[in-house]
Amino acid sequence: MIRKLTYAALSGTLLFSANALAEDEITQQYIDTLAELGYPEPKESELVHIPPTMEDLEDASLHPELKRVIRRGYDLFTNTQQLRGENVFNNMNCSSCHLGEGRMPFSAPIWPAAVTLPNFRGKNAHVNNLEERIAGCFTYSMNGKPPEYGSDNMVALSAYHQWLATDVPMYPQQPIYGRGFPAPERPEELSYARGEAAFQEKCSACHGNNGEGLRVDDQTVFPATWGDMSNNWGAGIVRVFTAAGFIKNNMPLGQPNSLDDQEAWDIAYYMSNQERPQDPRYTGDIKETLEQTREPFHKHSMYGQARETDGHVLGDHSNLGEKSFLKPDTVRPRTFE
Amino acid sequence: MKKIPGILAALGLATCSAYVLAEVDGDAERGAAAAGVCAACHQADGSGKNVPGGESWPRLAGLDAAYIAKQLHDYQSGERSNASMMPFANMLNEQQIADVAAYYASLAATQGSGGEGADETTLKRGKQLAERGDWSSYVVSCKSCHGPGNQGAGEVFPGIAGQHAGYIETQLQAWKAGARENDTQDLMGSIARRMSDDDIHAVSVWLARQNSAAN
Repeated sequence: MIRKLTYAALSGTLLFSANALAEDEITQQYIDTLAELGYPEPKESELVHIPPTMEDLEDASLHPELKRVIRRGYDLFTNTQQLRGENVFNNMNCSSCHLGEGRMPFSAPIWPAAVTLPNFRGKNAHVNNLEERIAGCFTYSMNGKPPEYGSDNMVALSAYHQWLATDVPMYPQQPIYGRGFPAPERPEELSYARGEAAFQEKCSACHGNNGEGLRVDDQTVFPATWGDMSNNWGAGIVRVFTAAGFIKNNMPLGQPNSLDDQEAWDIAYYMSNQERPQDPRYTGDIKETLEQTREPFHKHSMYGQARETDGHVLGDHSNLGEKSFLKPDTVRPRTFE
Repeated sequence: MKKIPGILAALGLATCSAYVLAEVDGDAERGAAAAGVCAACHQADGSGKNVPGGESWPRLAGLDAAYIAKQLHDYQSGERSNASMMPFANMLNEQQIADVAAYYASLAATQGSGGEGADETTLKRGKQLAERGDWSSYVVSCKSCHGPGNQGAGEVFPGIAGQHAGYIETQLQAWKAGARENDTQDLMGSIARRMSDDDIHAVSVWLARQNSAAN
């Protein structure tokens, strides 16, 4: 109750109407459902937002043409493979990582990007807007080439993000409940062997013994967790804590929070020790690339490190996966001068 | 299905490990003969039968061979229990299980029934659950494991589009009640337990009306 009221006060709609009370109840129910699934309850200061569903879109009083574009954004988000060979060069869909159509808390819900950007991002050291943020996913997680800024597909994807943020104030002051993939506390030791055993036991039925995932009729059922058909070395999820957070909060599918913290971290560590396509920021030299990207990024990944089992230096190759270029031209510095 | 690794067969290990048993090579022609006893319920064309108010017999035609073989093994071991099915499963030896599974997998998938006459609201809800799920109660879509068109994905996730509504509904209810537990890592059980009876019914009738095979 308090949480919702705090949020309502900030958005300037604190009304003690029957409507507001009904909304409180809905929020409480939402939180209760998440708590039953093992997620933490929101802290009093946190912003809780329940994004609208596609059913809500039908009832919304928006221009029919906008609804059509939002639907297209939804369709691209949940079936990104329709851009295979054009923008996407691996087996990923946006919804492979952002579960629940980008709406689920603790599964990097996508609406926060719409209300917190433009903002400075450490990863590329300049101010990014929503389109550039989405372009980042295409560049790294889809090992691809982003749709052009301002193109139909980019506008549609942005519209879907922004619409999910309906009623949330821009640049909210409060921390956002369930943002990102919050990692459980890092255990003292991570084990490759334990991670491998746990992966084979709990992940391989869907993701395969070699992390290859499963495709049926040229569609992705289960995404590849490493290898050419997975995200490249520049994707956020190559950071061990991000992978651990994703796994703990979302895997196995339908059983969030069922793995203990040690298991989630061990599996993440094992995954992070496998090969995948080169980081688009690669300079041609692994050491130099690591120097340039370590602080904002790769200090959390295994990139450039020797794998403990065989001494293989991870990422020391020029394999680009299915694509024929290293770096899309959207990966560039901005100075605003 | 893969063949028994020759070296294991030579060492006489082929009959004493569950792993190797699953690798017995099935022969659809031999399976056709062995399947004679199955036809009484599952029908000669493997289409099974939807039996309103009674026990529906699943369509087996076109299902994945490894999936069928696993179910038969599970009936034998008691991992999966069904009074009608158990005596028949127990009649089959390892080779016959592989053969029967190969036989049914080789048949053209037939269409389901039991979804006739469902109202529009029910079908709309069923379609949503099957294709998109309902994340507000963490019910992931059927499609996310059962594959494109819910026509099956690999050895673990059977085709459920075009399966009989009565069978799907009974199975989901069995998972929900804990009476069926032979799924990999409780993947189905954990979802079924979050589904209301209405949702189970809705998704069953919707799936029964869908195409069982891509063509």
